[in-house]
Amino acid sequence: MPPHAGEPAESRTLAIMVDNEPGVLARVVGLFSARGYNIESLTVAETDKSAHTSRITVVTRGEPNIIDQIKSQLDRIVSVRNVIDVTRDPAGVQRELALVKVRSTGADRIEALRVSEIFRAKVIDTTLESFIFEMTGASDKVDAFIDLVRPIGLVEVSRTGVLSIHRGPELDRVSTADAAASA
Amino acid sequence: MTTTSNIAQIHPASEPASLVGIPMTGAEMVVRAMKDHGVDTLFGYPGGAVLPIYDALFSDEDVRHILVRHEQGAGHAAEGYARSTGKVGCALVTSGPGATNMVTPLADALLDSIPMVVITGQVATHLIGTDAFQECDTVGITRSCTKHNWLVSSVDELSAILHEAFYVARSGRPGPVVVDIPKDVQFATGMYLPPERSPKRSKRTVRHVDAARIAEAAELMATAQKPVFYTGGGVINAGPRASEALRALVRETGFPITSTLMGLGAFPAPDKQWLGMLGMHGSWESNHAMHDCDLMICVGARFDDRVTGRLDAFSPNSKKIHIDIDPSSINKNVRVDVPIIADAAEALEKLLVAWRNRAKKAKPPSIKAWWDQIEGWRKRKGFAYRPSHELIKPQYAIERLYELTRGKDVYITTEVGQHQMWAAQYFHFDKPNHWMSSGGLGTMGYGLPAALGVQAAHPDALVIDIAGEASVQMTMQEMSTAVQHRLPIKIFILNNEWMGMVRQWQQLLHGERYSHSYSHALPDFVKMAEAFGCVGIRAEKPDELDTKIVQMINEPGPVLFDCRVAKEENCFPMIPSGKPHNEMILADTFVGDEIDDDGKKLV
Repeated sequence: MPPHAGEPAESRTLAIMVDNEPGVLARVVGLFSARGYNIESLTVAETDKSAHTSRITVVTRGEPNIIDQIKSQLDRIVSVRNVIDVTRDPAGVQRELALVKVRSTGADRIEALRVSEIFRAKVIDTTLESFIFEMTGASDKVDAFIDLVRPIGLVEVSRTGVLSIHRGPELDRVSTADAAASA
Repeated sequence: MTTTSNIAQIHPASEPASLVGIPMTGAEMVVRAMKDHGVDTLFGYPGGAVLPIYDALFSDEDVRHILVRHEQGAGHAAEGYARSTGKVGCALVTSGPGATNMVTPLADALLDSIPMVVITGQVATHLIGTDAFQECDTVGITRSCTKHNWLVSSVDELSAILHEAFYVARSGRPGPVVVDIPKDVQFATGMYLPPERSPKRSKRTVRHVDAARIAEAAELMATAQKPVFYTGGGVINAGPRASEALRALVRETGFPITSTLMGLGAFPAPDKQWLGMLGMHGSWESNHAMHDCDLMICVGARFDDRVTGRLDAFSPNSKKIHIDIDPSSINKNVRVDVPIIADAAEALEKLLVAWRNRAKKAKPPSIKAWWDQIEGWRKRKGFAYRPSHELIKPQYAIERLYELTRGKDVYITTEVGQHQMWAAQYFHFDKPNHWMSSGGLGTMGYGLPAALGVQAAHPDALVIDIAGEASVQMTMQEMSTAVQHRLPIKIFILNNEWMGMVRQWQQLLHGERYSHSYSHALPDFVKMAEAFGCVGIRAEKPDELDTKIVQMINEPGPVLFDCRVAKEENCFPMIPSGKPHNEMILADTFVGDEIDDDGKKLV
């Protein structure tokens, strides 16, 4: 039997450090689609120009054995330098940015502003009948904010997907595939 | 030819010394890099987008170019070359259709971990993305069937990419790579840096064998009562050292050993400890040993579905040691107890030392009872078949081919289907790199061009493609290549007029409805051979088989042998789809209702 088979699926955030070269995102995303893995969110940008490094953050969902497979399959890609399991890292920080458009008039406008203050969301655009809020936080906090403004008049949401980084002074450079192999 | 005296002296003093290069065109760099990486044979087909490279080859005397008749042939020939030498195989094709025709060999080499560098031409950089003539998105199309690929955007990065391509192809778990070179880059002049001075572009993973895991493995081996070695293509890929270490370890432990299709030859088949190939059409004794063992030592194999049968009933009572160079192979299909991530040669050598030290401390238990059990399975004679005086049985044909070629330097390639399994069952190998078969992808049409690659690497050897009449028609145009390049391959067709394995599955799984698996129009293979300039031989009766096989062996040029065999023979033993190892069916117990509805859904 595959390891941990039958254990419940869980959501995991993986930070994938890659060589910043043409087609690298296609390699990573292609691996997920070719092997039938899930992508719940995806962010990518160059993070170190001098070292030609980009950071791809993927939130995926699967049973623990599938997550282990995803990590070691990612590590096989030549352009992937290392893979960090942010969820398993006690010092891993995850944040997401959302733009939320709410349409409301009268007392509802006051309510919308009150909720936004609680969540420390910023108003970045307003008309006589609408607001756009910008808020940052962990994904569940973003979800909670959206749930609260929905009855007030939620129109549209745009989210970046999860970004991550490691707390403390060190660089995020531990390859999980190597760690798993020696565990 | 460019010589070292042409080394550029013009670089400014402030430039680092590593930038000193040899000026040449991109096309010349391709040829030069091949030579620097030891390529002596190249398989290819010219076309518009690679003409500059062909121009560079025109006056070259060091690289032998073998002109194939279809790009797929170049790919499989490069694979055959690689498998039989342990070196990187190399192919050169043009853009568009040249590249797409290469997709099958790339996928084949990826699944079987064969090191291969394929150079493809591409339309000029300013035309990319304009749907130009013979343009296709080669790196896009080949991304999922290569270990890595590159589109070269400038001649300045070409030599580094070429060196990287050879490194990636042969390092770690080997595999195919593609370097896609636009035509203007081939014409452009730049500085060529030799491999040792070229910048390293990708990660270099250095793995050290975990000593604690080796000790743990040795301890399990020294206390096992029913151990079995299960070895695969990784042992072959790790080179002759790995096979040597494996032989020593198996002999010193006295354990039985079986192997996958890919691993045949790493351990000598005539040996008493050899149980034969395992898996769907493996031997009765090897599959039973796998099912009943208490310790499985897997070396360079990947628990593929053709080997495991039903996963939840796979070897239920064993501890499992798994040696593999690729961490993603560990725990992929089957959970193992002791994973060892390492090159097979290094791991086996360390395991041998650990075993010796452990055996000195306390004598391992006798495994005689286990061998007695195995002897019982051997007595069942799972490969027995009903002989015939009227018809050539396919199994008999392979047995005779094996007997009559013994003692010669024989290399066997195969196509895919029943004949492939019979070849694996009835032909025996005692050396690695002498058996070339498409295992993972199962590519019909592989064997003939692969044989060309093997013969090019071993001009004096006897190279035989054991084929089926259906498979061979997929790449038979390469007979013309064999004639042109004086590659005296022998194509031994087991001709039963059916796509035999398809027919067998239709019989077992689809109520004997033989949908489109019979060839109602076959070529006259003898005449076809003659039309190509080969020798054609036909055998129809068992009593003429030996003479004709000897005639084939003695023929100095390429031969097509049309061996007419019993038409409706099935390939046994067989683990029916969806069944565990200990529920195999044999020729004499076969009823026809062995596969249930769930099994029918599997491939």
